[in-house]
Amino acid sequence: MSDESGRISRRAAISATAGAVGAALLARAGLVAQDTPASPATAPADPTKLPGMPTSALGGRSPFVHPERAPTGVLSGPSFTPLQELTGTITPSDLHFERHHGGAAIIDPQQWKLVIHGMVERPLTFDLEDLQRFPSVTRVHFIECAGNGRNAYRAPAPGMTPQQVDGLTSNTEWTGVPLSLLFREAGLKAKATWFLAEGGDAAVLSRSIPIAKGLDDALLVWGQNGEPLRVQNGYPVRLLLPGWEGNACVKWLRRLELIDQPNMSRDETSKYTDPLPGGKARQFSFEVDAKSIITSPAAPLKLDKAGWWPVRGLAWSGRGRITRVEVSTDGGKRWADAELQGAAMPKAHMRFQHMWNWTGRDALLLSRATDETGYVQPTRATFQAARGIGTDFHFNYIRGWRVDGNGAVTFEGRA
Amino acid sequence: MNALRVLTPASLLLALAACGRAERHATAGADSKAPTWPASFELGRAATAAEIEAWNIDVNPTGASLPPGRGTYEAGKALYAEKCAACHGAKGEGMPPAYPRLVGAEPRDFSFADDFTKTKTIGNYWPYATTLYDYLNRAMPLTQPGSLRPEQIYSLVAYLLAENQVIGQDAVMDARSLPAVKMPGRDHFVPDDRAGGPGFK
Repeated sequence: MSDESGRISRRAAISATAGAVGAALLARAGLVAQDTPASPATAPADPTKLPGMPTSALGGRSPFVHPERAPTGVLSGPSFTPLQELTGTITPSDLHFERHHGGAAIIDPQQWKLVIHGMVERPLTFDLEDLQRFPSVTRVHFIECAGNGRNAYRAPAPGMTPQQVDGLTSNTEWTGVPLSLLFREAGLKAKATWFLAEGGDAAVLSRSIPIAKGLDDALLVWGQNGEPLRVQNGYPVRLLLPGWEGNACVKWLRRLELIDQPNMSRDETSKYTDPLPGGKARQFSFEVDAKSIITSPAAPLKLDKAGWWPVRGLAWSGRGRITRVEVSTDGGKRWADAELQGAAMPKAHMRFQHMWNWTGRDALLLSRATDETGYVQPTRATFQAARGIGTDFHFNYIRGWRVDGNGAVTFEGRA
Repeated sequence: MNALRVLTPASLLLALAACGRAERHATAGADSKAPTWPASFELGRAATAAEIEAWNIDVNPTGASLPPGRGTYEAGKALYAEKCAACHGAKGEGMPPAYPRLVGAEPRDFSFADDFTKTKTIGNYWPYATTLYDYLNRAMPLTQPGSLRPEQIYSLVAYLLAENQVIGQDAVMDARSLPAVKMPGRDHFVPDDRAGGPGFK
């Protein structure tokens, strides 16, 4: 790292790509900045008075920018996307949330294959090149973990950030082949009503999916934001069920078996089912209902002065397009339509914005999403009455952020 | 979705060459949205019986694909202490949230929605006994997945079901007895009745 006098460290000189003679010369001359994150980050006092960094094989973030997932450090745990640090709607691939059940599998693409069998006319095996030679599509969709929001529902705390409240949702431009095309190649037998999707990870994670979803908009994806999937997102191929809970979008996909009844796998019985009042549990509850969260202002942000502040956030629905997001700054007494930014894409994150003139008094910020089916995001009271305090998945009620007179922003999970 | 916009001579040849396979596609489930596409792209190859068998490990509630072998409570008790207790506790009490509790008959009224401290277990929640076989076979133990032999899995299932008071300690688990076990949670599961639109369920 160059300091303010323009000197440069040995580490910085080495990082300026070995073999790049010009860069090395510049480095010896003490004339290049570099992008290796350092703490504390520094910058030349006047960047117009010395050359910048040479070109590089891989880009890095500014040394002043350090977004990070919040991993839990276990093989079967989640890692949360820092929603409050993101702009627009696309989640950078290295910040896409994680939820693994036996760690993130490393798969050699040369060894990878996909077997389709069971109730088909022609059991088929595809390698990666086979799959990528099919006509592909590119679509933007979110994936949300069914457990997203559980901690905020059960134990809301003022210091919770959007990442901690709702960081198990991410939005991506995916590229892949429609599953219906592969079904067409294999030829479904009439008695096939479900398919089992199975991963090649240590959990050999498996989910039973109704055939209708496979014939509708399901994809087998290999592209994530313009490049191959990240390891943590199932490289080389994952199942993508647009709008459906993340667990069913099986990563490191290796097998599809056409079947005539669900397998009743562990993750569709003991987990990913929704306890309901009256001693029941909802099963195969795949769809993500409409939901929104304000990502700014939100903890840990502090509003340092009164005046105009944008209230920004994300809204999404697994049942189609977001058609409306309303924002309240007074705890729900009055609502205003927020601006929806960009074209509404089905089953994708939508960015919303509402300009708010903060007077410096206590406020409670809420957001409420409506989707194209007419479904309106419920209040916590409505949600809790229908599902119970002990329900386990699909937490989509309205959450809020309190702003006090000093501008401190805290999470309000019981609004 | 972009189709091949022009039916070129080359794609015609491809379509003709694919004819034999294309005719067999009359019963295919999905129609291409692109009329110029062939009925088959002739990609991939026939899956071999051996590669299907190697991966076809799922066990559904009929138990039809359960392997030969049998397991007992006593053998399962020893195996549990050796392979499972380090994470799931000596008595199946678990180390939540990473390592779930496995054993516990309470609550018997499936009142989980009323209180999130009521812990779901094999005995009070899991609707199918075959799921236990399927899951242990594919994913457990966490650090040695896929290492258990059928007799070991049957024994662990016998032990865990008996500890959960679902079966007696004298019950032997095999391809016939396991699917016949009626789990306490079985009749508490309902289909998803949400469908979007106004209202909340």
